[in-house]
Order: sequence, then C-alpha cells, then structure tokens
Amino acid sequence: MDSSQLLGITTFTYLFSTILYAVIFIFKAKKLGPAATIFTVIAFLVQTAGLLLRWQESYQLGYGHAPLTNMYESVVFFAWTIIFMYLLIEWKFKTRVIGAFAVPFAFLAMAYGSFASGINREISPLIPALQSNWLLAHVVTCFIGYAAFAVAAALGIMYLIKNMSESRQTTNDETLLGTLPALKIIDDITHKTMVFGFLWLSVGIITGAIWANSAWGTYWSWDPKETWSLITWFIYAITLHARYTRGWGGTRIAWLAIFGFVSVIFTYYGVNFLLSGLHSYGSS
Amino acid sequence: MNKKNPLFAFFASVKLALFTLFLLAVTSIIGTVIPQKETLQYYVKNYGETTANVFQVLSIPDMYNSWWFLSLLTLLSVNLIICSLDRFPGVWKQIHADNLATDLSRLKKMRLSQNWESDKAESVLAGELTHSLAAKGWKAEQRTRDNSLLLFAQKGAMTRTGVYVVHASILVIFLGAIIGELYGFKGSIMLPETKTTGSIFAFDTQKSIDLGFEVRCNRFGIDFYDNGMPKAYRSDLTVLEDGKVILEKRIVVNDPLTYKGITFYQSSYQPYEDFLLTVTDQETGTAETAIMGFQQPQDLTVHGAKIGVINANAMGQTISNMKIWFDDDQGPASTFWLDEGDQVTVERPGKKYTIAGKQMYATGLQVAKDPGVWVVYIGCGMMILGLFIAFFMSHRRIWLVLNKEGGTTTVLMSGSANKNKNGFEQTFAALAEQLSAKKSDQG
Ligand code: HEM
Repeated sequence: MDSSQLLGITTFTYLFSTILYAVIFIFKAKKLGPAATIFTVIAFLVQTAGLLLRWQESYQLGYGHAPLTNMYESVVFFAWTIIFMYLLIEWKFKTRVIGAFAVPFAFLAMAYGSFASGINREISPLIPALQSNWLLAHVVTCFIGYAAFAVAAALGIMYLIKNMSESRQTTNDETLLGTLPALKIIDDITHKTMVFGFLWLSVGIITGAIWANSAWGTYWSWDPKETWSLITWFIYAITLHARYTRGWGGTRIAWLAIFGFVSVIFTYYGVNFLLSGLHSYGSS
Repeated sequence: MNKKNPLFAFFASVKLALFTLFLLAVTSIIGTVIPQKETLQYYVKNYGETTANVFQVLSIPDMYNSWWFLSLLTLLSVNLIICSLDRFPGVWKQIHADNLATDLSRLKKMRLSQNWESDKAESVLAGELTHSLAAKGWKAEQRTRDNSLLLFAQKGAMTRTGVYVVHASILVIFLGAIIGELYGFKGSIMLPETKTTGSIFAFDTQKSIDLGFEVRCNRFGIDFYDNGMPKAYRSDLTVLEDGKVILEKRIVVNDPLTYKGITFYQSSYQPYEDFLLTVTDQETGTAETAIMGFQQPQDLTVHGAKIGVINANAMGQTISNMKIWFDDDQGPASTFWLDEGDQVTVERPGKKYTIAGKQMYATGLQVAKDPGVWVVYIGCGMMILGLFIAFFMSHRRIWLVLNKEGGTTTVLMSGSANKNKNGFEQTFAALAEQLSAKKSDQG
C-alpha cells in the first residue's frame, strides 16, 4: 500500500460520504446518520494515513518534506482540512445536514487533484525558496482558514436554500427543507465559522510575510497572490464589521460567505492561472 | 473632543470604515491585473498610447505607492484613530465600572437570572457563596445595598479591549512600514567570486548605496538533487571592516547574513565563462587563486608556476569538468581532468600541490535594511492576540442579591456576557445549580 493508493481511495470515500449525507438530507433517512459520520471519520483517517505515508515516502526518496509543497499536495490537504472542520462542526453543533453541503467541497478538491490534467502528482524535491519552516506554518494556517471559509460558504448556500422554504424559523421533518436547521442557527454557525477562518487567514498572511522576509528581505511586495489574499481578508473584515456594528445578518451574510469563498478560490487557484505572476517563488 | 462635530462624526463612523475597506479591496485588484512597475514602453505596447497615458496620470504602473492608494490607507488610519478615540473612553468606563452600584431592579430583568431560597442567615450565606465562587475562579466583592446584600464577581473585563488591540495593531504595522520606508533601503548587487564591494545598488533608483563596510564573495555554488533540480544556492560571504575580517557566513536562500542591520539574501547568480583555480602547496600551505580565461594560461607568482585550462565540457552554461595544464618547470607539465568544484593532488618532483577548480560565478544578492520590520512583527503579534481576545474571550459578570425575608434568605442570581452568550448561559446554569445546592447539602 502506498500513499497514492490511499489518497486515491480517499477520493471515492468522500464521494460516498457526500452521497450518504445527501441521502440523509433528501430522503430524511436520519437512521443513516451515525453510519455517515462513522464512514466519514474512517475516510478521514485513511486520508490522514495517506498524507503521513506520503510524508514518510518523501524521506525515503531523500527529499524529506511535509506533503504541502505543490498544487496536488495542497489540494489534498485542503480536502483534509475541510473534512476536519466539518467533523468539528458536526460534533460541536450536533447537526448532520451540513454534511450534504460541506463534504462535497472536500470531494471536489480530491477529484480535482486526482483527475485534472496538468497536475503533477509526484513527490518532488523542494526548490531552495521553499526550504523553510515558515512555509509549513504558512500553508497549514492558510488552509485552515480556507477550509473554514469553504464550510462557511456551504452554510451560506444552505441558508439561501432554507430561506426559500416555508419553515424558515423552525425545523420540521415533514418537508425537505424543513430538516435544515432554523435560519437563526445556520446564520450563527456561518458567522462563527467565518470568524474562525478570519483568525487563521490572518495568521496565514502573517506567516507568509515572515517567510518572504526571511527568503528575500521584503515582507510585502504586492504580488498578485499576496494582494488577492489581502483582498479576501478585506472582504471578510467587511463582513464581520457589517454584522457586528451594523447588524447585518441573514441573506446578506450568506451571500458574503459565498462571495468571500469565491475570492478564496481565486486567491488560491485563479491567480496562478489567470494572472501573470511577477513573483518568482521558484526561480531563485 | 466635540462629539457633535460633524467632521468628527464622519471620521468616527463605521460606515466610512466599510466604505474604505471596500474601496481598498476593489482598487487592489487593478494592480493584480495590470503588471506593475514596467516601463512606459511596455504599457504603450500592450495597452496603446492613450491608455498608457491615462495609466501614467493615475499612477497605475505603481499603484500601491500612488498618492490615491496611500490616501486610502491614510483615510483608513484616520478612521481607525478617530473611531477609537470616540469609543474607547466608554469601554474603559465599562471595564472600571462600579458593578456593586448597579441598579438592583435591572438585575431582575436580566436575561440570565435564577432565584432560590436558603434558611441560612444573610451574612453566613454570603460567606459561603463567596467561598464557592472563589473555588471556581470568581473573586466576589460585596456591599450592603438598602436592605439587601449584593455580591459581584466578574471575569475577563479587560477582554473588552481586544478589538482595540486589533485596530491598534493595524496602525502599528503601518508605522513599521513607514519606518522601513524612511530609514531603510532595498537594493541588490551582483558580486563575482573573490571580489569585494562596499556599496550596492538601490532597487528603484539604481543609485549606489554605501554599506559602511565591505562584503566579499569567496565562493558561490549550486547543489543539485539526483533528478537535476536545484537543491541549494549558496554563497560564502565575508564581512570586512578596514580590511579586517569581521564575520564569515555561508548563506543560502532562507538563511541570510545580517551585519549592522543590513541583511544579504541569496537571490540569484550568474555564471561566467571564466574559471577559478586555487593551487595550494601541501607542505607550506600557501595558496594562490587565479581567475582564468579558457585556454589563457597564467603565471602563479607565489608558486613560480604556470597554469591553464586547456579543455572543458559544459552543459548549457554550466561547466561539468575541465582539463588543467600545470607546469612548475620541474620536468614535463602535468595535464589532468578535474570535475567542476572538485580538487586533486598533483605530485611534482619534490612537491605536492592541491589544485581545486571551478567555474566562476557571480552571486546575486538582495540587500535590505529595514529597521521597521520588528515594529511590523510586533503589530502582527498584536493583531493575532487581539483577534483571539475579540473572538474567543468575553467579559462575564455575575451578581447575587441576598434578601432577608422572614426566616429565610432569598437569593437572586443574574449574569451577563458581552460575547458567546450561549456558552455563558451554560456556565451560568451550572454555576447557579452548584451555588443553590449548597443550602441543601449543608442544611
Ligand atoms: C482592516 C482593518 C480592520 C480590521 C482587521 C478590524 C477588525 C475588527 C474586529 C476583528 C472586530 C471585532 C468584531 C467581532 O468581535 O465580531 C472589529 C470591531 C469593530 N471595528 Fe474594526 N477592524 C478594521 C478596521 C476598522 C475601522 C477602519 C474602523 C473604523 C471605524 C473599525 C471599527 C470597528 C468597530 C466600531 C468595531 C466594534 C467594536 C465594538 O463595539 O466592540 N474597524 N474590528
């Protein structure tokens, strides 16, 4: 068994998890709840093992670095943090329907990493610029933030869907949307998740700045990736202020959660492909 | 300050903050779409003359340093300062409020409140309650109010300042950036091996900047992984003052050299077509280094010998090995192949030499002095700390009103928290249960 097999299996287990949660939601099959949770936890452990194994394999190859250094590895880690975040929320808020909205994000990330063309899935050595402990801190913290924002976006979508239903302020098992938590509760969890993400994104930007400073003597150089992370940060700062000081809530916050996550995706992914990066993270 | 002053109100408003943050987010996009700091010709070529001129007028080519972008940042700072001046005094008052003077009728109406009775005397009960609260980390004070005895305890009053720590942190970061801008510099230097420099070139103006000391690059090298990817770029640097060696360090990417506040970062390199040969007499240890052109023999004055590179193999611009010719007039000359970066022992009649050879490089160093960076880092630390306090900690308050009514003492317990109200509700309920249970398990 090697890490690529384990991570390959993970993609399918997350698909199956998604289906389980969707079935629970759509067919109100509450009995399946514990099974979905247990299955997702196992899938999560398999992925954890895959990541650890990949880490170990990199040592066997003589490179020796944490599996967080290229697009493939970061997408896999993204999926891992989303599931981690989701399980945390399921445990803390004792609700499973969120799974039908959040787990698909993890599956999509894994599927993208596993099947998209032009993605290098090999374990490759670290170029000099990436040989820093700050890299580890930077990637881990950013992705905890991103995962929280992914879950917040899932909650935002859930909010908007629930908002269309008759039973907005209550839960009842009669109708499909009735099984979703009451709007007030979704709103509250969305906010808490965004707050959590904001803290970690801040730490992520800061550790990135420290890394940049130790690698080439400038903690901030306004390159597109940095700038987009700051734009994302502004969006969430606006969201938190609008809510905290101007009492925004509900639909607006749900849209902002979705909108913020679009910015996250652009920061993480779009910048690399759509904008001409001036930054030579790799070249020196 | 006059709070009715409309200008003050304008700058103190959160609406302005939302507006400024929004503008910053939106305008920041421009510089990620339009490449920054290119030449005028570049913009003319890619966007046409008219657009390029508009760019110039609006400082788009260097927008993050433009007057209007810096004005937005200034507006944000002024907004933050005025907003804090407006609100902080109130928060400070709240932190230091005399909670034992709270209006008793207000306590009854609090969202969290609970009643119970005890057959103990007021003062005895108060003592017990104080004791039980202390066991849970609540330090209670008490005061007699009218006919009642009031107990008060709180936790985390200072956490109300968390938000202000966050806001201040932004100003501290800006301050650090300004210090760096005013008293620091950023530059670079391409320094050939064996050469020494006392100055570098500024990034923006290309003007020479005097370091106040000298730096020598003794050697530059690249290590490769088995698959051919670069593993490390390294330069052996020496810092000299008045010709005296002060400091030596091998720098690599992510591990720079700092001296007198000036930091040298490994950033690039440039290969030459020349060779760097070092000949060491193994007996005496005397060494001589020569920079050699291809097939251009040179005299080694120290050793009284001649040396030359008569052949070499290269992959692209990188030399892989070289053929050396060495003659010290003691019998026929030696010729031999030497791998790049390697060394061999050459035996001559009566003498042994170590001959090391490598391709000659210049190391590209980024040079920065930034006395503001620690201020920026302190600001970053404040921000994380402040965010943590603002998000996850709260000011929790508990009041207990003891009233004597006939033979029993009634207790009203009220509480409030400024954040995480659901969490506090549970804490409050648990605490109330414990405190009210006291009367039964002893009486
Ligand atoms: C990028 C800049 C800013 C950041 C990162 C930031 C961050 C924060 C945070 C984390 C909170 C706490 C929100 C909560 O507890 O949910 C907050 C609250 C607040 N912020 Fe900002 N802020 C920024 C800019 C500003 C500006 C420019 C103003 C100017 C008016 C402002 C005014 C306020 C106010 C009034 C509060 C509510 C404080 C309270 O009543 O407790 N913020 N801010």
